[in-house]
Amino acid sequence: MTVYYTKEHEWLRVEGDVAVVGITAHAANELGELVFAEARDPGTTVEQGDSVAVVESVKAASDIYAPVTGDVLAFNDALGDDAALVNRDPEGEGWIVRMTVADASQLEGLMDHATYTALVG
Amino acid sequence: MNQPLLRTPLYDLHLELGARMVPFAGYDMPVQYPAGVMAEHLHTRASAGLFDVSHMGQVRVRARSGQVADAARALEALVPADIVALKPGRQRYALFTTEDGGISDDLMVANMGDWLLLVVNAACKDADFAHVNAALADSCTVEMLSDRALIAVQGPAAEAAVASLNPKAAAMRFMDVAGLDLAGVPCIVSRSGYTGEDGYEIGMDNAAASTVARALLAQPGVAPAGLGARDSLRLEAGLCLYGSDIDLTTTPVEGALEWSIQKSRKPGGARAGGYPGARIVADQLADGATRRRVGLRAEGRAPVRGGAELFADEAGQIPAGRVTSGAFGPSAGGPVAMGYVPTHLATPGTRLFAGVRGRFLPVQVAALPFVAPTFRR
Repeated sequence: MTVYYTKEHEWLRVEGDVAVVGITAHAANELGELVFAEARDPGTTVEQGDSVAVVESVKAASDIYAPVTGDVLAFNDALGDDAALVNRDPEGEGWIVRMTVADASQLEGLMDHATYTALVG
Repeated sequence: MNQPLLRTPLYDLHLELGARMVPFAGYDMPVQYPAGVMAEHLHTRASAGLFDVSHMGQVRVRARSGQVADAARALEALVPADIVALKPGRQRYALFTTEDGGISDDLMVANMGDWLLLVVNAACKDADFAHVNAALADSCTVEMLSDRALIAVQGPAAEAAVASLNPKAAAMRFMDVAGLDLAGVPCIVSRSGYTGEDGYEIGMDNAAASTVARALLAQPGVAPAGLGARDSLRLEAGLCLYGSDIDLTTTPVEGALEWSIQKSRKPGGARAGGYPGARIVADQLADGATRRRVGLRAEGRAPVRGGAELFADEAGQIPAGRVTSGAFGPSAGGPVAMGYVPTHLATPGTRLFAGVRGRFLPVQVAALPFVAPTFRR
């Protein structure tokens, strides 16, 4: 299991060819308390950089971009009633979407924890 | 925009309080403090929020005759509100209209005894000043009070907070205006606001703004609140944001703002018409307009934002207007919005569909405001 980070402040935890995707604590803090989250329907194929989910605060909607190309497997249903779970546990229970990793070589372009931590200071 | 952002006299205080600053109408303004938009919104409804609104324009209009009635009469050439009947120590909401019946800004007009104080939107203030000055220069002196700050204290704890600095504030009623000393600083205090809550808007010299703000923040229950909370509070209160919910293309009748045109200025009144676009507005007052601003409540949890298109049918085939403001309403407990719909679809309870990310989400036309006001009338 390896965790990768994007410069859009997403994390993905990869096991085999499946990734669990969420937003970092830094991003959750920047967005403020979330009131709504939803993802593309399971089975949808998304290209790296496409919007794969949306999270919304009181004030604004923010896209979550697919960190890699793949198929959407599932949305975290716990967020349906309680999107603020992302704020409380952004890198654990507050995951957003599970998806396949179509091309593992795309992972090489992402950051590891130390590099990401240095980026957000 | 290469212009450097302007700062209000409370800029240092915002940084000290940990605000996140954003550009707004040419100013570097606090959108939120560390508590966040949700908490600041709920705190304002439960206790009291303190807002820096010093970016807004404050304009003094004084009749050359020295008679405030002459300034009031002159201003009525620009706004459909009754200013002549506005008593000293009172303020009211007004609109600057255009020749084709549109709205070029909304504002507050206060009768200060021997002059009128206009409070206008930050983004419009230079244009408003030019507009008023051009129209009234013969009879009035018009002065932008750029050395004045403005602080709003809103919520159920506002009365105790302001009254602890000057007990006279407690006796004021909704839309009263008075000159009061707060923390030793001469202020112009009005019992009004933009949140639907009881509260005050307090003007003072820039140099004294920080003294007054700090004295208010030291009162029990008062916490800073940013522009983010201000927007969700005013939306729940059904209040228009100029540039979003009303603009040059919307008339007072389309905007459901007929209440801001008193009887004396309506057809048959003592000083009917006489403002830009009066004929168009009079026709719409008689016959109605083809579209109307309404409240909208989403049936689901997904917020419906400004700009979303509305449809009469689930398939999104029959256009039915557009959302002009939308957010999650923390006190309403769900998504709330305002928008324009064809008048035959403006009845509360009417089911419409909002286009959000390629889907058509059910919304219901709802009576405004979403949250009952707590004004001390």
